[in-house]
Amino acid sequence: MQLDDLTRNSSEWLRGAGPESDIVISSRIRLARNLADFPFIARASDQDRVQIEQTLKDCLLAITEPDELLYIDVDELPGIDRQFLVERQLISREHAESQGARAVAIDRLEKFSVMINEEDHLRIQVMQSGFDLNSAWEQIDRIDDQVEGRVTYAFHERLGYLTACPTNVGTGMRVSVMLHLPALVITRQIEKVFRSLQKIGLAVRGLYGEGSQAMGDFYQISNQVTLGMSEQELIKQVADVVPQIINYERKARDFLVRDSHESLHDRVSRAYGILRNAQTISSEETMHLLSSVRMGINLGLIEDLEIPTINQLFIQTQPAHLQKISGAELDTADRNIERARYLRRHLNKDKMGGAEKN
Amino acid sequence: MKCQKCNKPATFHITELTGGTPEELHLCEDHARQYLTQSGEEPAAASTMAAALAQQMAQQLLGQTAEELAKLDRQACPVCGVTFYDFRSQGRLGCPHDYTCFEAQLQPLILNIHGETKHKGKRPRRGARDAQQRTQLIRLRREMKEAVAREDYERASELRDEIRRIEGANR
Ligand SMILES: [Zn+2]
Ligand SMILES: [Zn+2]
Repeated sequence: MQLDDLTRNSSEWLRGAGPESDIVISSRIRLARNLADFPFIARASDQDRVQIEQTLKDCLLAITEPDELLYIDVDELPGIDRQFLVERQLISREHAESQGARAVAIDRLEKFSVMINEEDHLRIQVMQSGFDLNSAWEQIDRIDDQVEGRVTYAFHERLGYLTACPTNVGTGMRVSVMLHLPALVITRQIEKVFRSLQKIGLAVRGLYGEGSQAMGDFYQISNQVTLGMSEQELIKQVADVVPQIINYERKARDFLVRDSHESLHDRVSRAYGILRNAQTISSEETMHLLSSVRMGINLGLIEDLEIPTINQLFIQTQPAHLQKISGAELDTADRNIERARYLRRHLNKDKMGGAEKN
Repeated sequence: MKCQKCNKPATFHITELTGGTPEELHLCEDHARQYLTQSGEEPAAASTMAAALAQQMAQQLLGQTAEELAKLDRQACPVCGVTFYDFRSQGRLGCPHDYTCFEAQLQPLILNIHGETKHKGKRPRRGARDAQQRTQLIRLRREMKEAVAREDYERASELRDEIRRIEGANR
């Protein structure tokens, strides 16, 4: 399998299926692990890094089916391809930009990825479409067991799995759920939700553009502590709160449908109209409008589009994706033109009898 | 408003909602993208770490003289050679043994970050004893490299045998 195959394929976690997938985009779990017999990355020599990489590569290839894994030497990868993997959430920005022997192994369906020599020797990540942390845990627990069958992890009797940064020690686990919350944003209730989550020790992050609208209205909720709670307890901490937030978002959507139907329908239709007709468009505006369209589909206000298409567009209109797809390096202005062209092509498909000319 | 990291206009305003108070960041598109994908699924792990470290250093300054602190900063791990100063300035440890040799300093820090000091949950089948024995390989490899550098080949070959013995033990 080649990197370019990913460009053509759709990530499993974007397929817009799974429980509550109108609001929950994806469920993720990651585990941080280190080999007991090598220094952490900060003190690892070039030779150590090469040996760690080789050890873990052999291990991963041994525990997976032939051809199941796409194993990528990140150090040798062109910048645009690294950026592409970051946009797809398969590697972190640090992993893309750091130096020295490092790699990522990705399974064919992009259901899991393993970063080698990132902040820790091993960062195993499992992604699941929709709200499904239990499947994610079952999968990652199994992968972790298989790796551990072949290597010795750094482990401390009292402190658990040892990590390069004490913020990850213990379980080494980060559980996160990505939510699409446009109605809570429109009805200005999002801050209230944040404050209540903070109180119970969960981390929330959102990205704000101009005004009060978060970029794409996507929010990620995750655990902060990793020590002193079991994996199941950490999952439960996040899983218990997600249905409440889904419920708030649904109520906010119902309220909008009931009390301001015209302005909601107008917002959604205008967003769709701009995306289908713009000649140049920034990434920020695209995210903002796709968010309205996504909610419009879920509320039945747009009937000729499907959620997986929109989920894909959020990723495909990112800078590296656009450049990979168009096969050329583009500056910001050219990217905005290419992005508009890409959106027109995908949103007007089959609707104008092929009249759309790019 | 200008981007906090360069001179371009700040078009993104990020609110980081972790730990105590919300933190506002004003960034241009490039820096916002960089910032967000950098921490990606890691909500402010770096800032949690920096805040916990800063708080602890402030506490230690109250109880210790500058000389005592300087001495603590010079304290080094016998296995990987990282100093407490290295850790304090970068927020990253050098090897698994650091959790043992800097235990007195890390304990309050870990309590501050997690509110707990004891792991609960999954354990590897091989257990902690195996792991700690293998950690010694880090020291032995380092010593072997040093022996080769000073052309003490006799010592280097002893070390190599020792390394092979441990490596072979639990394969
Ligand atoms: Zn900037
Ligand atoms: Zn050390």
